Order: sequence, then structure tokens, then C-alpha cells
Amino acid sequence: MELFEVFIRSRNGLHHKHVGSLHAPDHEVALENARDVYTRRNEGISIWVVRSKDILASNPSEQEALFEPARDKIYRHPTFYNLPDDVKNI
Amino acid sequence: MIANQQVFQFVLHLADDSLILGHRLSEWCGHGPTIEQDIALTNLALDLVGQSRLYYQYAAEIEGKGRTEDDLAYLRDVIEFRNHLITELPRGDFAFTVLRQYLWCSFRTEFYQHLLTSSEIKLGELAAKCLKELQYHQRFSITWINRLGLGTKVSHEKMQTALDELWPYTFEFFQPTAAEEKLINASLIPDCRDIRKTWDQSCQSVLREASLVVPQEHWDFQGGKEGMHTEHLGYILAEMQFLQRTYPGLVW
Amino acid sequence: MTKEERFQNRIDQDLKIEPKDWMPEAYRRTLVRQISQHAHSEVVGMLPEGNWLTRAPSLRRKVALLAKVQDEAGHGLYLYSATETLGTPRDETIDDLLAGRAKYSSIFNYPTTSWADIGAIGWLVDGAAILNQVSLTRTSYGPYARAMVRICKEESFHQRQGYEIMLTLCRGSAAQKAMAQDALNRWWWPALMMFGPHDTESTHTEQSMKWKIKRERNDDLRQRFVDMTVPQADYLGITIPDPHLRWNPDRHHYDFGEIDWEEFWKVVKGFGPCNRERLEARRKAHVEGAWIRDAAEAYARRQSEMKKAIA
Repeated sequence: MELFEVFIRSRNGLHHKHVGSLHAPDHEVALENARDVYTRRNEGISIWVVRSKDILASNPSEQEALFEPARDKIYRHPTFYNLPDDVKNI
Repeated sequence: MIANQQVFQFVLHLADDSLILGHRLSEWCGHGPTIEQDIALTNLALDLVGQSRLYYQYAAEIEGKGRTEDDLAYLRDVIEFRNHLITELPRGDFAFTVLRQYLWCSFRTEFYQHLLTSSEIKLGELAAKCLKELQYHQRFSITWINRLGLGTKVSHEKMQTALDELWPYTFEFFQPTAAEEKLINASLIPDCRDIRKTWDQSCQSVLREASLVVPQEHWDFQGGKEGMHTEHLGYILAEMQFLQRTYPGLVW
Repeated sequence: MTKEERFQNRIDQDLKIEPKDWMPEAYRRTLVRQISQHAHSEVVGMLPEGNWLTRAPSLRRKVALLAKVQDEAGHGLYLYSATETLGTPRDETIDDLLAGRAKYSSIFNYPTTSWADIGAIGWLVDGAAILNQVSLTRTSYGPYARAMVRICKEESFHQRQGYEIMLTLCRGSAAQKAMAQDALNRWWWPALMMFGPHDTESTHTEQSMKWKIKRERNDDLRQRFVDMTVPQADYLGITIPDPHLRWNPDRHHYDFGEIDWEEFWKVVKGFGPCNRERLEARRKAHVEGAWIRDAAEAYARRQSEMKKAIA
């Protein structure tokens, strides 16, 4: 049996979100298992299953190199720009 | 004019079918081959017991004597049960379980498809609800018929043995009782003989795909719909009804 | 700062540890042990209640119990998944259980002999479990904490289901009420044992608290359980089998008698009334499932070979 990761769209218009994992011999069974295990309480309207070993994850030791550089790029956020309060609808 | 009695008996047949098969499936809970399959089988059981409740409630309403779903499930004896014999056969192994699920379910879905347009509106409504659940049961069982039929030599043999045992019980699906004949003539329910061909074709193709062979010579079992059961049903009822029988008239 | 110090630092700041983060080996081992014990408890815990699935006295009770026992399977699965994120495959964890090397909650080694036991288990055993699990939603290991959140959400109906059964029995005939009392007599002490040994006796408590794997002490949780449950028993009109149980106005808690620790350790060590049966049932399911798992894997292999051949 292989390990699969399960992603579920809970409502129309939302992203699929990781909800957990399960074991299955192949994708088809994984999808059915995901339905049986992870949508018992009406939690979903769409399911993705992905073999866990097909996921490449970033390494925590590279966290600083990967993510810190974005921290000081505050000009990407609207609050960086100063406008007088009198200007509306912007 | 169709007597209520006949509709009542027919609805009981639908209820009993679902309850007894659901009961058998519930015996897997805690003992499944993997945790995932344990959960899946319990989902099937929950669907079926849920369906039986809807039908028992409806039956009680038709009868109009103040009986409840539980009176009907827990206080009738073997001879009053109307389920197909195939549903009461012991749980068996996983091969037997998925194959029985498929054979029964593929018949039942085909039957419900035709029941949708019944002139008895409520029958059509209930059929529509059950259909959605049974379509998944069918998908689930085909998934496993393929894997077990084609998986290993051992699994193939187990599937073929299960088919040899189960097939003779499918004969009954297509034998209307005298009471059903009246309902058929009044266009209240579909004629099960008419769906045999479609069922047979789709069944044969699923089984062939999994390299399983339908046995040629066999006994044709029937009688469940008229209260003539195998030895197994008595034990199911003894277990299921034990509390209600030991302490009559209490609320649980 | 050493790696260990940095790790402890993160824990102290209430930051979650995730699977790929560095962690001390002992932290990993402790987690694997605790989470897998928890997973085994869920799966073995299906058995005592599963006993009554085919004998549930009404259809409403039957579907509720089925759904509840099924949830336990789901919870076992979520927890096995959490141990897998620590690098321990489910097969290994389950082998440990089947070989008798792993522990699980000893409460499930007691028999369910009457329908009232189903009520008592939901009320007391799930009640005790929920206290522990709510506390574990704040545990330091991310996947474990998230599994707990999901489990707690799903469990919310379990205890109500059990209490409703007890209430129905206690409002019923004399025989039903006696059934309920008998179940309380048999399940009360094992339920208190669920919180584990006194913290002074517990080998793991201090380190686990420091690592925030465990967020509350055994004795604190046990006290909270007693305080919460006594009024519920009063409402049912049945008596908790403890002559020492009384409200202590100075402590603002109930005082209660001492657990029979000899019994506790006996069951933990594998010599309880149903230890053998429970493990045997799990072994049987596992052995009987082997050909199915083999067939499914063989089928999957063949399908992927065929796909490759076509491509």
C-alpha cells in the first residue's frame, strides 16, 4: 500500500485544502478511500489525491533563504503608500 | 383498486432487503482488511440501515395501525420478513462481501431506475434517494471486483468461489410474487422480469472484465419475498431482536 | 545556541514543530510512542462497542453506534498518519501492536456485557478521552495537534450519544435502571485509570510537559473529569461506586478514593480480562486482510506496467 495525501474542496468557489492522508494500492482506490474517510460529514464537493512521494517539499533549513527576502519588500503592500485621507475610493 | 396490504408488503420487502444486508455489512465494523476498507464498509452499512428506516416508516404509515419502524424491524419473526435470500447469507470473506454487494446493488439500482416513475409518488421519491447511495455502492464494489478478480491467483479463486455460491441466489430477483404481480399490473412497480436482460448484460460484462465465470448448473433459490428463508435469518433476528424481545415494550 | 536549545526555544515560544524540522531523537521517539498508542486505542476501542452493533435495540441506536464506532476507525487512521510523518510506517506500528509490543488504553480490555455498557462507554470513556484530547489540540507537534482538532470536532457527538442512552435507561423500567447502575459500577474505576498513573509515578510526564507534547498533568485532568461527571451521575439518579467521593468546599473539588493501581498495572501489562481477545481480533482481521492487500497491490503493479508499456 502507498501513502496518499488528500485535498478537499469544501465548498464551491474555495481552494482544495490538505485534510490528511491515507493508504491505498492505487489512485482510484485512494480517491474512493478519501471519499469514505474524509467526507463522511459532508465536508467536500471535490477531492484530489496525490501520492505522497510525488510531493517535493521545501526544506526548513532553507527557510531563511527562501522566505526572508520577501519580508522587507513592503512596497508590495498597499499600506506602503501614503495618501491623504481626503482621497476616496482608492 | 390495489389493497394497501400489497403496497405495505412490498415496502416491507424493500425495507427488509436494506436492513438485513446493512446488518451483514455492519458485522465488518472493527474487522475490515484495512482501516480504510473498514470505514468504507461501514458507510455502506449506514446507507442501507438508513434506507430501511425510511421504508419502515413509510410502511408503518401505510399500515396505519400505529406501529413504528422499530416494531417492524424488531418484532416480526422470520416468516414475516420479505428480504431476498441473498441478503441474509453470512458475511463471508471480503470477496463474498463485495460480490454480493455488486449483484444485489446492480439489480436494485436498475429496479429503482424504473421505480422513479411509479404512480405512487412516495415510492419514486424514496427510490431517488436510495439510488444516489447505491450508485456509489456499485462503483465501490466494481473497483474491488476488478482488483480481486485480477489481482492474484488466491484472490481470483476466492472471487470465483464467491460467485459460484452467490449466483444461484440472483434468480430470485426476477421472480415476482403474486402480490407483486398485482402492483405491476397497476403500474405501481416495475416488472422485475423486464429488467433481467439489462441486468444480465451489465453483470456479465463486469464479471467477464474481472475474468470471472458464471456457473452453469445450480439450484435456483427463491422464497425470501414470501417469508421462506434460509437457516441464517433466524440467527440474525435472534441477535438483532434480543433486547426488544427480552424486555418487551420498553423505550431504548 | 545548540540545536537542542534552539528547539526548546521554539517550543517555549509555542511554535509548532513540523515533520521536516529538526527534533531531538528522544522527542521523536516519545511522539511515536504516544501517538501510536493513541492510534491503537482508537482501533482496539472499536471492538468492545462493536460487540453491540448487531444487538442495538433500535434502528436509531444502531446507526448512531455504527457511525460512532466508524469514527474511531477514522481517528485511528488520522493518528497513524501522524506517526507516519515522523518516519514510522503504519505497517511497522501495527506490527508492534499485533506482536504485543505496543500499549493501548487499558479501558478497552474490559468486556461489554450489557447494552448499558454502550451508554457508559460513550458517557465516561469518551468523556475522559475528550478531556485529554482537547488538551492535546495544543500539543507541540503540528500533525498531532491537527489530528486532535479534527478528532475533537468529530467526537463531540460521541459523549452525548452515550449520555442519552444512560438517560433513557435511567428514565425507563427498574430493570433498565439497574442495567445503567451496573454499567456505572463496572466502568467508573477503569475510566479514572484512563488518565494514567499519578504524575509523581509517571516516568514521562516531566519531559513531555517540557516539550509540550503533554499540556496537562494526569492528576489535573482526572480531577476535572470527576468534577464534571459527578453532577451528571446525580442527574441520572445513579450512584458512583466510591464511598470516599464527596465535595470538598476548601479545595472546590470533589475528593475521591484511590484507584486500585495493582489492577491498573495488571491490565497495562496485558493481563486484563479481555487483552487476549482484543489482540486476537485485531490479528485475525490483519491476517485475513493479507490476501486482499496483496491482490490490490498486484493489480496496481500490473496496471502501472501496462501504462508504461503503452507509453
